Amino acid sequence: MRVTVVVPRALRRFADGESRVELTLPVTGEATVEAVLAALAERHPGVRDRTVDERGEVRRHVNVFVEDESIRHADGLATPVRHGTEITILPAVSGGAD
Amino acid sequence: MRGLWDHPHRPRWEPGGGGLCLHSIVVHHDNPHRLLVAISSAGVYRTDDGGKTWESANQGIYAEQGPDTMPEFGQCVHRAALDPVEGDRVFLQGHWRTYRSDDFGGTWTDITSSLPSTFGFPVVTHPRQSGHAYVIPLQSDEHRWTVDAKCRVFRTSDSGQSWEPLTAGLPQEGAYVTVLRDAFAGDGLDPAGLYFGTRSGEVYGSADEGETWQLLASRLPSVLSVRAAAVV
Repeated sequence: MRVTVVVPRALRRFADGESRVELTLPVTGEATVEAVLAALAERHPGVRDRTVDERGEVRRHVNVFVEDESIRHADGLATPVRHGTEITILPAVSGGAD
Repeated sequence: MRGLWDHPHRPRWEPGGGGLCLHSIVVHHDNPHRLLVAISSAGVYRTDDGGKTWESANQGIYAEQGPDTMPEFGQCVHRAALDPVEGDRVFLQGHWRTYRSDDFGGTWTDITSSLPSTFGFPVVTHPRQSGHAYVIPLQSDEHRWTVDAKCRVFRTSDSGQSWEPLTAGLPQEGAYVTVLRDAFAGDGLDPAGLYFGTRSGEVYGSADEGETWQLLASRLPSVLSVRAAAVV
């Protein structure tokens, strides 16, 4: 299955400048966000490392969306993704002192 | 305010950097049952029945924290301020733009174009003159200091169609200062006095509607809030 990861401006230098990374996962049917991030790490480890921490959890000031839905409001890294799904990584507005 | 507390959107409200914070309450001039609140980062909500029921009021407010850049709610809004004359006119400084509404939050118009940046925290309206408002833009979400290291207050006299920098008495070199949403206030006098504080511990004041400024205090702790009162 193929999915697309949308990379935020701040992390594009870790993705060879790409804003959208197309990934092919060796599964059919359904995968998880965690599996997508693992596949992303093979190509652009710097993006993955700035999205999840060393325990594999999404960093506090980063949000990951499956289509328009934040995975915090779904099943976290276990949120299912299907062929054609768009996964978006974005900095949270909680990142600064506002 | 159970209507807001129990609002179906509430489980999806995300906190801003200062936490999930309801920071602005705007009460309509003519109708005390008509209120608008701004929450970082849930967006703007409005009630017409004194708080029993609330609807999101974010139409036209841009957001970058999700794939949808014009969501129904979830916008990071930093401060709302009511026009002193027009009861339906509200100014709003957001995380990604500055806005004005002429229908009490029904729709928002982007008034950022002649400001030097899209980011900032406070907005203050004039105590008597309609369409007059003041903002202090910061460089960006990432670089939270006064644009180009110049400490400038920007004033509009035409409801945000144009803005002019007010600089007399304010540092115009090497001024990497941050002014937070509660750290800018007016005193309501005539002429209007304006006061703001910085995270680096200075307080500046103007007794002539922003034309000239003076450093009133320095070497304070980070200034989180400034309030002005007139002693008669």
